[in-house]
Amino acid sequence: MTALTHFRTPLLQTPFHARTAAANVLNRWGPWGGYMTALCFGDADMEYTAIRNGASVYDLCPMVKYRITGRDAAGYLNRLTLRDAGRLSVGGVQYTGWTDDDGKLLDDGTLFRHGPEDYLICCQERHLPWFLASAEGFEVEVAEVTEEIAALSLQGPCSATVLQAAGFDVFALKPFRMARFPFAGGEITVSRTGFTGDLGYELWMEPGQALPLWDHLMQAGAPWGIRPIGTDALNLARIEAGFIIANMDFIPAHQALREDRARSPLELGLGWMIDWDKGPFTGRRALLAEKEKGSDWVLVGLDIPGNVSAEGSILYYDKRAEAGIVTAAAWSPALKANVAIAQVKARHATGENLWVEIYALRELQYAKLMVPVTVAERPFFNPARKRATPPGRV
Amino acid sequence: MPMRSSEVIVIGGGVNGLACAARLAAKGRKVTLLEAGAAVGGGAGEREFAPGYRAPALAHLTQGLDARVVEGMALERHGLAFHPALATTVLSGAAEPLLVRGGKTSGPDTAAWEALHRKLSGFARVLAPFRQMRPVRLAGENRLFGLARQGLGIRGLGRGDFRELLRMVLINVHDVAEDELTDDRLKGLLAFDATLGAWLGPRSPNSLILYLDRLARGADPLLPKGGMGALATALGRAAEAAGVKVRTGAQVERVLVEGDRAVGVRLAGGEEMRAGLVVSAMNPRTTFQKLAGAAALDAGFFKAVGHIRARGAAAKLHLALRGAPEFRGADPRSRIVITPSSEAVESAFNPVKYGEVPGAPVMEAILPSAHEPGLAPEGHHVLSAIVQYAPHAPKAGLEAARAEMLENTLKVLEAQSPGLRGLIVHAELLMPQDIEARFGMVGGNWHHGELAVEQMLFNRPTFAAAQYATPLPGLWLAGAGSHPGGGIDGAAGWNAAQAILEAKA
Amino acid sequence: MTYDAVIVGAGHNGLVTACYLARAGMNVCVVEKNDWIGGAAVSRELFPGFTYSNCSYVSSLFRPEIMRDLELPKHGLQILPYEGGAVFQEGGGYLGMFRDHDANRREFARHSKRDAEAYDIYARDVLRFCRFIRPMLMRTPPDPSSFRPRDLAELMWLGKQMGALSERTRARMVQFWTMSIADFLDEYFESPVIKGYLAVSAIIGTALGPMSPGSAYVLLHHYMGDVDGNVGAWGFARGGMGAITKALTASLRAAGGEVRVGQGVEKILVRGGRAMGVVLANGDEVRGRRVISNMDVKRTFLKHVDEAELPGDFVKRVKAFKIRGSSGKLNIALDSAPVFPALPEGAPNLKGDLHFTDSIEKMERAYDDWKSGHFSRDPFQDVMIPTMIDPTMTPPGKHFMSSFVQYAPPKIEGRDWTDADRDAFRDTCLDQIEAYSPGFKDRVLHVEVRTPRELEAEVGLTEGNIFQGELTFDQLLFNRPVPGYAQYRSPIRDLWICGSSTHPGGGVMGAPGRNAAAEVLREAGIKGGMRDAYAVL
Repeated sequence: MTALTHFRTPLLQTPFHARTAAANVLNRWGPWGGYMTALCFGDADMEYTAIRNGASVYDLCPMVKYRITGRDAAGYLNRLTLRDAGRLSVGGVQYTGWTDDDGKLLDDGTLFRHGPEDYLICCQERHLPWFLASAEGFEVEVAEVTEEIAALSLQGPCSATVLQAAGFDVFALKPFRMARFPFAGGEITVSRTGFTGDLGYELWMEPGQALPLWDHLMQAGAPWGIRPIGTDALNLARIEAGFIIANMDFIPAHQALREDRARSPLELGLGWMIDWDKGPFTGRRALLAEKEKGSDWVLVGLDIPGNVSAEGSILYYDKRAEAGIVTAAAWSPALKANVAIAQVKARHATGENLWVEIYALRELQYAKLMVPVTVAERPFFNPARKRATPPGRV
Repeated sequence: MPMRSSEVIVIGGGVNGLACAARLAAKGRKVTLLEAGAAVGGGAGEREFAPGYRAPALAHLTQGLDARVVEGMALERHGLAFHPALATTVLSGAAEPLLVRGGKTSGPDTAAWEALHRKLSGFARVLAPFRQMRPVRLAGENRLFGLARQGLGIRGLGRGDFRELLRMVLINVHDVAEDELTDDRLKGLLAFDATLGAWLGPRSPNSLILYLDRLARGADPLLPKGGMGALATALGRAAEAAGVKVRTGAQVERVLVEGDRAVGVRLAGGEEMRAGLVVSAMNPRTTFQKLAGAAALDAGFFKAVGHIRARGAAAKLHLALRGAPEFRGADPRSRIVITPSSEAVESAFNPVKYGEVPGAPVMEAILPSAHEPGLAPEGHHVLSAIVQYAPHAPKAGLEAARAEMLENTLKVLEAQSPGLRGLIVHAELLMPQDIEARFGMVGGNWHHGELAVEQMLFNRPTFAAAQYATPLPGLWLAGAGSHPGGGIDGAAGWNAAQAILEAKA
Repeated sequence: MTYDAVIVGAGHNGLVTACYLARAGMNVCVVEKNDWIGGAAVSRELFPGFTYSNCSYVSSLFRPEIMRDLELPKHGLQILPYEGGAVFQEGGGYLGMFRDHDANRREFARHSKRDAEAYDIYARDVLRFCRFIRPMLMRTPPDPSSFRPRDLAELMWLGKQMGALSERTRARMVQFWTMSIADFLDEYFESPVIKGYLAVSAIIGTALGPMSPGSAYVLLHHYMGDVDGNVGAWGFARGGMGAITKALTASLRAAGGEVRVGQGVEKILVRGGRAMGVVLANGDEVRGRRVISNMDVKRTFLKHVDEAELPGDFVKRVKAFKIRGSSGKLNIALDSAPVFPALPEGAPNLKGDLHFTDSIEKMERAYDDWKSGHFSRDPFQDVMIPTMIDPTMTPPGKHFMSSFVQYAPPKIEGRDWTDADRDAFRDTCLDQIEAYSPGFKDRVLHVEVRTPRELEAEVGLTEGNIFQGELTFDQLLFNRPVPGYAQYRSPIRDLWICGSSTHPGGGVMGAPGRNAAAEVLREAGIKGGMRDAYAVL
């Protein structure tokens, strides 16, 4: 490999950068996994509105991707992850997670099955040492392919219509399925997945196809108000959808400096994804023991009175004893509700006599609010259009 | 294939496997012991390495068997007896050979050696009980009484010695030699004995504790009457007498796992045997990586198993001799240690770090045939030597390294025993890789995992399997890879049996 | 007059002790044999216009609590963080270090994708151990053989620290403390150059190789410092390392303390088993109610105290104290900035540590040479050009380069160093740099070469050991310097020790001096007003 000049480009640019840079009239960027990522292109409220009203595109390239191939690929993934990767059919996608031996979550992510012995994992954090260590004793190849695949998320109630207008007919595609389409002399993959809790798709391509595809989509989607969105808008949508993110709602166990910060999937509301019957997997014994003994923590959705976001707040039992922390919170435009995601000690799972202390900034002064919370079902926002197949035409 | 059922299957018929099996059987368990070889004994066997010449298979002396094993298995009743403990003759360059027996020796350091021996033996005495306990745990569930007793035992050394122990427990043996001795022969002997079987030089910190461990077993080494083979035979007989069903020629290929539990084994050839418990006295890395397999174990544990360091650094030399060799007047029944100085031991270690062969190795040689004339034809002799250090992964390749190692070893021997090379009928040198191939000792390390401080007690062989139980229910460890390590004494097997019995109770 | 305390040696620890005592109201005098102040933390003009940090050369370990207690920033102390670093590889390659996490990961990924990601886990693990050990730096080690309430309480405190960790992490920590850095790194990394870079901190200043058990702890010793909370980071003292002792001196004088230079201590006066003061080389006596020695333990007790005043066991232990010289130092004035063609133009890597040892094996072989009584034929050099960041040390465009070299034995094959040996040592080091920076030697204006011989003669470090004693377990914590005397006291009443021979050991840390002052004040019944150790993250 040639010597790189990292000091000149401390943050990498994604294959879409030429377009995202042109669209980013605010020039608001942040780092994400070593890449420059747009926090907001021009108006976060309107970007959010595009997710819920029309069509939005979000540059997903910094998501970390690992390709798993080989004879034991399914067996390897079954040992690595919580769900049964063998039962995922070719062309299917699984939202899954993986833990360490102690059953503490390392990350969650989506698993794509491209062939009988060909999978792709897409996740937030980096795991190559763990994935390689887990490969010992299995006939598999694990390769980090983040830079080899460009990805764009197209989300919104008009997203299927936009894709059709672009020549990609996805109306038959069910949630968590994917399909291939010819494009620009090659192929792209479209999966019906997303992180907004709305109808949406993710498009996977070679980096060279990125700019032509962007231009093509923006042109095809113009009648439906397609626009690029930044992380700020996406974060609001994902909170409404009740999704959790590594290093925001939980600390990946491999990064936890304080051992008591690590959480299990049971403690993060991901117990449903554990397939107890598929055979041994890493963390199974610890999770079984936790299931028997009970978890220390629980992840809950909260409904909070008033309209001040409870971001970063501490939860108290009976206004006094610390009972947990809010990991994500927002006023939800879609629900007209003040919602939050929180980690609370298991004994407070019901939310009884649970209070949140919010510091509301009012003209340079913080006002301290102590308000009672109620536990609310997640996802907070869960429209039927997300699941309908075929999706409604707009 | 017919299924056989047994309460306990013990894999591996070495000293620890036999001790564990015998203890379990004596407590009423139905035990089947599976040994891949034609006879039990493992590293303690005996072998004809040239027509008419028999030599110890690997170990040629023992620092003493665990007393619980000797008594519990009634080994004496089954024919085990020892020659009087061997004295040591140190050969150091052109210096006068020096005879050492325990703390007794001659020369300028007579008093210093005795004092040092007394001090270190005192430390060894208070540490010895740890060998017979399950590794202490760093949390909860401790046998608090036992631990408190050991703690008091250590404190009972008196304030001065207690402080000295805390200072010296992780010290390097070279510094101790430099601080306490002046005679290069004794410094060399101390350095050699501390690092025998280790992947360490005498200047490496943590080397003295290995010497203490050796002293905890006994001051001078022992040779069984009838040779090492007799030890294996007695152990085998005792195990069978205790009710163990011993099957030789039964190579285990796989531990069977069902519903997250070890339920039996599959032998080479396909035969499956089921059992309530499977106890492996094999190498821990082999046990987990080859027999149990990755799929049944958590990835973090499996990775930790891969990190068990097992670098063997000792080669084994067997010479068939057409006459009695003469080592500058040394008693042929003594243990002959050729070690010019502590520095020479360190210099012999240096190249091994880089996969190279030392120019002037150091070694411990005995003449088994001087004790047991039947091992060689009339008037002929067998020489057995442990030669340090030998690379476990030679850069030059095994064949070239073995040839170089043999040549360098014979040069050192010839210098101390002029004419020896002329007596050689046959020479065999086992490099660590040969030892691995022959005895299943990963890396050729006879402790089945380096006996080093970071792999002792609660970290032996690795944290999550240090209490003899493994993360896979139904699978236990009982070999030298577990606490307190190997070297023909049976403590690991006995402790493992104890842990199994307590878990079942 | 009689001082409350006479401190022997104006090194950084002696000055720290003096500052604390003076601020607590004691009347203190520091006596120093050299004409200048600072011990091994000095800035000296050894070539016209060039300031040399000619002993210690970088800072990380110096405790920020002490800087704050003693108001050192007010007295001029500034610490500047590194901006880069590089290992130059045989064959023209390099491994660069960057402050930015992602840039650094991408640079490591050039050598191994796996290692680049493993680095974060490695750093997390080491930081866990740092968090455990750091609070101990600012505490007096308990005597485990004692049943005094204070020792028992301190042992309990240690137990409580342990209690914060899981059993698995405790077991892992025991491994880390006892294993070699080579073995430890093998559990995380595959790239020889990455391992070679990370092993550096495990050998600096010690007579251990990277394959020696116990070397992983030495790594921690170099990682537990920080620059403004950035744990493990290193920096330069603006104006050279003398800036630290200069600020300490100013702080001391502001508190009413005194420093006398130019006359070393000949003898520590002991009457009736009590230290009464010192006799200087010129015969002057300086009387004190207590004497506190910043000299290493061997020098203090074997050279400046009558053996008859000391218990035999203590003398035996002090004689056996391991204080092995293992390093040398080149201080170089450069006419212009050296060029390292391997680095891309404009790279910030020269603003940090530069190495030419691209594998652990090379480092270990360098150690083998030391064991056989030679300086390393292919030595490890820790090269810094502080003037890449600090504009105050040389004329513009000129540079000061410091090269810390391992290994250099205190004696060459059992005999003293000769000038010819020293020149050969110098040439070996300069040739190595020249090999990676063609034309380097032509830029050299002046070189000061310091072998263990010079370090001992000038700075007074026995055998030239920069830590005043090896950092192996037999000489750490309650064993440092001597079991039973780890609480800064000596067998002689009112004779104290405060140098790096005491817990927690060497490096420009100041903790030994601070802890010694705490003990002196405690015994005197004076409240010291010392800050507790800051938490790590």
